[in-house]
Amino acid sequence: MSLVFTGICSHAPGITGREERAPKELRDGLYAAFGEMRDALHAARPDALIVLAAEHFGNFFMNNMPAYAVGMGESYTGPIEDADWLRIPEREVRGSTELSKRLITEMLQSVDVAYCEEWQFDHGIMVPLHFLDPGNELTIIPANINCQGPPLTPLHRAWAFGEAIRRAADSVPERIALVATGGISHWPATPDSGRINEAWDREFLDHWLANDRAALLRYTDSETYADAGQGGFEIRTFIAAAAAAGGAGRLRYYEPIPIFAVGCTVAEMEIA
Amino acid sequence: MSLYALSKLLYTLNRDPAAKAQFKSDPGALADRFALLPEERAAILDHDIGKLYVLGVNGQILMHFAALCGIEWSDYLQRMRDGVKVYGPVRAGIYAMTTGVDEKVAGA
Repeated sequence: MSLVFTGICSHAPGITGREERAPKELRDGLYAAFGEMRDALHAARPDALIVLAAEHFGNFFMNNMPAYAVGMGESYTGPIEDADWLRIPEREVRGSTELSKRLITEMLQSVDVAYCEEWQFDHGIMVPLHFLDPGNELTIIPANINCQGPPLTPLHRAWAFGEAIRRAADSVPERIALVATGGISHWPATPDSGRINEAWDREFLDHWLANDRAALLRYTDSETYADAGQGGFEIRTFIAAAAAAGGAGRLRYYEPIPIFAVGCTVAEMEIA
Repeated sequence: MSLYALSKLLYTLNRDPAAKAQFKSDPGALADRFALLPEERAAILDHDIGKLYVLGVNGQILMHFAALCGIEWSDYLQRMRDGVKVYGPVRAGIYAMTTGVDEKVAGA
């Protein structure tokens, strides 16, 4: 039928794995925002949810690294990390090979995506699913943009991928939801973990909420690396979501939570 | 430097239960499967997080190796910082440290 929901959220493993070490009011606020997003997502009655992530060498490695990948499996598993470390139990997630094929076929009209019949979800997908689909009810189609192993796809191509997702969603009779996951500024898994450039984040979010394509695509990787760390390369997923939705954003939550290693973000965007 | 081979070992270890088992039962044999330099091989066998970090291993695979070795989060962050103190700045990759060797950002 069409794209019926678009959101973005953080996916840092500390959000679940180190949850007791955050100030309680911050953790509770973030968890509440995830709950609001869950309700909005399910109220949109999606037949499938595309989770657009920036994965971290769970499946994709420098031996054969796709810039863009979309799942085409009948089912998926996760987390690939130690379940006790992430504090998210293992689950098998329902996919749909048939729906994926139709979506990918349309996406390929403009973006050369890799397809994957096997995919073990890492925290980039499992942390969002833990909050957004606690009952494991939804049909999930994972998607990925390489934000970890340079050379990275340029931002304008991430925008084009978002447009391709939108066109694909609009081309099928099913109701499709999209949640893009990633961080804004952060230096995850380095000694600087916990460093967050709040001013940079808020400026980026202002551009995102206004769906200001020119401003979003103006960032260069060298500037992003200097101001927002290697974690900032994950803005690609948020940019793709803006391209897919096309409307104005609504911020549900943003707060820097250093022990979670990221400015924790939950937002939705109007489908226009 | 064979950072790619070293990273491939850690990637394999993170996603393959059989490799995890081999790492416990016969870590040398696991290391033999990858074309490592002596320094890299020693860092794996010694669980030397600081050295692996300085060699340029991406934190997204290194943090799981640390967890596999039973190293808690704050200790993991400190070991990387100590590695820079002992071995010098990160030599490759995109996970260089941007703060001082005696700073603490979070998680301490």
